[in-house]
Amino acid sequence: MNDATLIRKNLFRKRLRAILLMVSILVAFLIFGVLGALQNAFSMGSGTAAQERLVTVNRINFTVALPYAYWGRIQQVEGVRNAAPASWFGGYYQEPQNFVQSFAVDPETYLAAYPTEIVLPPEERAAFLEGRTCAVVGRALANQYDWSTGDRIPLMSNIWQNTDGSQAWELDICGVFDDTEGTYPTNYLMLHYEYFNESLLFGRDSFHWITINTTDPALNDQVSQDIDALFANSSAETSTTTEAAFNEAFMEQFGNIGLILTWVIGAAFATILMIVGTTMVMAVNERTREIAVLKTLGFTAPRIFRMVLWESLLLSFIGGLIGLGLASLAAAAASGALAGFLPAFGLSLTNIVTALILMAALGIVTGILPAYNAMQVRISEALGKI
Amino acid sequence: MADASELYELKGLSKRYTRGKETVAIFDGLDMTISQGDFIAIMGPSGSGKTTLLNLLGGIDKPSSGEVLFEGQRIDNLSQGRLAKWRAKNAGFIFQFYNLMPTLTAAQNVELPLLLTNLSGKARKERVKTALDIVGMVDRAGHRPGQLSGGQQQRVAIARAIVADPKVLLADEPTGDLDRTTADEILQTLQLLNKELGKTIIMVTHDPEAASYAARELHLNKGRFEEKGKV
Repeated sequence: MNDATLIRKNLFRKRLRAILLMVSILVAFLIFGVLGALQNAFSMGSGTAAQERLVTVNRINFTVALPYAYWGRIQQVEGVRNAAPASWFGGYYQEPQNFVQSFAVDPETYLAAYPTEIVLPPEERAAFLEGRTCAVVGRALANQYDWSTGDRIPLMSNIWQNTDGSQAWELDICGVFDDTEGTYPTNYLMLHYEYFNESLLFGRDSFHWITINTTDPALNDQVSQDIDALFANSSAETSTTTEAAFNEAFMEQFGNIGLILTWVIGAAFATILMIVGTTMVMAVNERTREIAVLKTLGFTAPRIFRMVLWESLLLSFIGGLIGLGLASLAAAAASGALAGFLPAFGLSLTNIVTALILMAALGIVTGILPAYNAMQVRISEALGKI
Repeated sequence: MADASELYELKGLSKRYTRGKETVAIFDGLDMTISQGDFIAIMGPSGSGKTTLLNLLGGIDKPSSGEVLFEGQRIDNLSQGRLAKWRAKNAGFIFQFYNLMPTLTAAQNVELPLLLTNLSGKARKERVKTALDIVGMVDRAGHRPGQLSGGQQQRVAIARAIVADPKVLLADEPTGDLDRTTADEILQTLQLLNKELGKTIIMVTHDPEAASYAARELHLNKGRFEEKGKV
């Protein structure tokens, strides 16, 4: 037996109470973990945005198209090294619920815009550049639908109509791309803008955004201003921002995930703090006599303080680690189903470290008052008489 | 008495409480010596200060004035931390209501004072077994207090008090919650510890029969001792 035995026995002396407290802590960390995983998925794009990349969209909204002619004019702006137009395709595979994030792009400029992020074998790259009906898919998406190079798939659009009257585009999968360090999303498909544009029943010769690589990140502000000035007072004014800002604005369509996360976790932890804190104070008050006996036997006040504090920390860590473990399992289980829409749905090292810090903080905050009270117990008062 | 050398010396010991604006003296200027190997019963009416005196001897309360010397060293002026260490080394406590930890087994309860020593786990187990053997509770080592009778619990409490081999046992109404037969068994055990192991025992009791097991009876009344000699 040692102090740890005493701490454990005291924690579980009322098993139901201990379990209920742990469940409440568990729920808080489960929420923390799942929302953290969600935030990771939503913030993945902005995290990988290169400093020198800019994005030009319609000033009204990025869903409103820009004229095709803008591409050529933007390429002429000083400081622009590469300009890659792209359009939403709004794709799905076989059934509308099988969402496929897909863009119609100019292959050469789009691949040039992401020279290190998109990893495509040379032969597949060449095939994509040359084949009009070719498409390349990211590894996560290929795994989700079990696609591989050489497959021919009909990709449906819930936005566009083909000149043949259908909403389907027949595509040959010419390659599967990976990311360099597991930080760039591979949950989307790229098809030829030309093939897409020529077969459109309506809305031809337009695109939704242009990704721009500048010659130097220091020129970003100037290039942005020059591009937007170029189209000022036209029927389609532009708004040019960094890719990171564009991605964040895109994600904000779904709400401010960071703020929601903060509020939900804040509310959960404030509640848990009060419940656990009050219960710990009561639990230690119930043991005043036993604490007085320990002091009588020679246990010093600092040692008793540490024992009560460790009890609170143990409670917090058991509940917290189980909650975080369940969150991790839930994220792993959901990541497959959400791969097409939310890649990287999982807990990061930052989430885990933050959770461990929160567990320690919760344990200390809820344990410090009862530990102090225990330390202050006066033997003669607590026992009445020895 | 196993040894006549001096263990405690009380010099001009006073204890006063303040109740509102009034100061009440429990005792004032008390002098006393206790020798090693003594078995003393302290008796007296309620409120005479028996328990307060025991608290002072056990280093869990401090006098208003005067000195408490243990083996010639003052303990009344020690810090709380040093007093805790002094208690762990020198004093064993036996309570009226046993005060065992309900979540621990008898053996674990007895082991508690040994957690404050540097003994190895194996040495601690041996000591616990010996202490339980002395009080005849080895066969109940794995039982929790709730599974033991009052007398058995008090035996475990005595084992806890002696396991660290303290120089003095301080007992406050150790038989106050027990029937006569069980009380006699407990008192015989205390007498055995005094006579065979030479433990100094200071026992507070209301019960004249319990006091009769002691070698000396001290009656505390109005802040003064009256000693009744015994053979």
